[in-house]
Amino acid sequence: MKPRARSLLGTDQLTVSEIEAVLKLARRMDPKRPPQLLRGKRVVLLFYEPSTRTRTSFEFAAKALGATTTLITAASSSIEKGESLIDTGWTVTSLGADVIVMRHPNSGAPYLLSRFIPVPIVNAGDGLHQHPSQALLDALTITNHKKRLKGLRVVIVGDVFHSRVARSNAILLSKFGAEVIFCGPPDLVPDASATIAPGVIACHDLDAALRDADVVMSLRIQKERLAGKQIGLEEYIAKFQVTPQRMKRAKPDAIVMHPGPIVRGLELANEVADGAQSCVHEQVANGVKTRMAILASVLKGAR
Amino acid sequence: MSMEPLLVAGGRVIDPSSGIDRDMDVLLRDGRVAELTAPGVLKPQGRAVLPAKGCIVAPGLIDLHVHLREPGQSHKETIATGTACAAAGGFTAVCAMPNTSPVNDSVEITRWMQAPEREAMVRLFPIAAATVGSLGEKLTDYAALQKAGAVAVSDDGRPILEDAIMHDALRLGARLKLPVVQHAEDTHRTAGCSMNLGPTSFRLGLRGMPNAAESDIVRRDVALARETGAHIHVAHISTTEAMEAVRQAKKSGIHATAEITPHHFTLIDENVGEFDSHCKMNPPLRSAADRDAMIAGIADGTIDAIATDHAPHAFHEKQVEFERASFGIIGLETALPIAITVLHHHFKLPLWRIVELLSSGPARVFGLEGLGTLAPGAHADVTIFDPAKKWTYDASHSRSKSRNTPYDGWSFTGKVIATIVAGRVVYEG
Repeated sequence: MKPRARSLLGTDQLTVSEIEAVLKLARRMDPKRPPQLLRGKRVVLLFYEPSTRTRTSFEFAAKALGATTTLITAASSSIEKGESLIDTGWTVTSLGADVIVMRHPNSGAPYLLSRFIPVPIVNAGDGLHQHPSQALLDALTITNHKKRLKGLRVVIVGDVFHSRVARSNAILLSKFGAEVIFCGPPDLVPDASATIAPGVIACHDLDAALRDADVVMSLRIQKERLAGKQIGLEEYIAKFQVTPQRMKRAKPDAIVMHPGPIVRGLELANEVADGAQSCVHEQVANGVKTRMAILASVLKGAR
Repeated sequence: MSMEPLLVAGGRVIDPSSGIDRDMDVLLRDGRVAELTAPGVLKPQGRAVLPAKGCIVAPGLIDLHVHLREPGQSHKETIATGTACAAAGGFTAVCAMPNTSPVNDSVEITRWMQAPEREAMVRLFPIAAATVGSLGEKLTDYAALQKAGAVAVSDDGRPILEDAIMHDALRLGARLKLPVVQHAEDTHRTAGCSMNLGPTSFRLGLRGMPNAAESDIVRRDVALARETGAHIHVAHISTTEAMEAVRQAKKSGIHATAEITPHHFTLIDENVGEFDSHCKMNPPLRSAADRDAMIAGIADGTIDAIATDHAPHAFHEKQVEFERASFGIIGLETALPIAITVLHHHFKLPLWRIVELLSSGPARVFGLEGLGTLAPGAHADVTIFDPAKKWTYDASHSRSKSRNTPYDGWSFTGKVIATIVAGRVVYEG
């Protein structure tokens, strides 16, 4: 029952040197001229929740390395017939999966599976909890521009409470000594959010948070999640939209990031989303390289 | 009863109800406590002897809050397995919650549970549903249920939120001197929540239950108990604020009592770790500050009883996504060892207080005559335990049908040596 596989479950379980190793490998990855590191390996994409970018990114990454991929979604499988997660995991294992890339709406689902299944598991997002491959590709994007993470001021603005991206990033950046500022209305940035890692603070004033920022990471706002909150949509836009005016408070060479999908006109002004400081497209491209590196390192030495 | 008399010899008797804490022999005859004497006065001839040297001889332990899952969920537990588990934990009487399938809201089910065919190894007292089907709409027939053997009413797990219904339940309870037990949780504020609200729930990306969801209901219930003169019993208290509400209620003479589970004075929300569903219960494990407040409430007398909330669940109900896992853990076999290890050895509470919380305390809460005491004439229910014996709990050997415990592999100081119900040894450790 003991986990014997090298899984990637969350950024909290990674050491600084493990993260640096993945980033180093990712920089060397070229999806156009890929090394056939995973020839003959079977990558199962087990997706209990809809995803376009993450799924495609992992699929490209696996195929670029020579692996075959199989997509299993909740709607098209025995999951819908009520099969338990552990049973599904064993089925996929018995079919010969070398790695399971998993997206699940419940926080902790990949942790449960990793306790029972001998195959390595890559967490492609679990509930509100973790999205480690996103945090790694974000770290790659940041270091491409800033050469370092230590001492950077990173503002993560938006719906932090519902964001696995925010959690994974804050924990990773904190390990490198970056200063992380969670920013948003109190309903979406609760006081407890600042306890997630050393050097993280919670702030409800975007103008103050952006001062001297090196990185501005905007998160998606889902309109339905503002329902019943103290803040309305218009007030949110007025107080927390990242606009060109507000960006003047950040450092002149600050970069703007967003994990996607962007809700146009809500969390990011178009001038910022499409502006010179925006790294949004670069993030997507880095996603494939990073996931190539993740799959290669998880499968290194496996069976 | 034509059983041979049983002499429990050479132990240290702790009987809080009679103020006894000294070495004594206890003679049990015809299902009753016959006499207590100085050691060695009674000769062993013609009697079975149970040596208890180095052990505490206490009134049989009573658990006010268990889920035995019968009728209807016998894949989790049966009355036979649950009470065997109770005997192994030193309990001689358990009070079974009504959230069975169907809900125990009738005289028929109340009687069925107590029938000899269920093969209960210890005394079983049903707690009947407070409302029909525990739907919170219409009161059950308290008088008939009480006559059939119910010792209290409760909609445990489906708290009565409607003020008017709770008021009526307490008013009727007051008239019949029947305690009303409330699982205090404002379920409107805990929908979708699977643990305590705090840094750990944020870190894990889980929705958290605020303390106020418990304490606001406790405050409301205490106010209604004052109005109606009823006895409100707060099940498995877990928050600082609820503890304070009960403390103040007692000071002002309101008939409010409270029980606490071993896990709420031992574990905290951080023990959930990486989604350990054996640390998922309701009420949830709270903060370290709340845990400290639980210890303070035990020490200052606000707490009346330790109750296990023994809640067996099958593997496939616990080893699933954390948010989908059933709430609750088994607890009958570990309650006394945890109380001794944590409260006595760590927090330095005297053993008599632990015995009180597990015997005379719960007997008083539900008015169980002749139980929780070793006074001559009382039922011959006795628990013998060694407070210094070290041992390791192995859940795979549990007498429960289920294995959902966070304490598997834990080492305890304090072990049950023998459990006696009505003069008959039902467990020997």
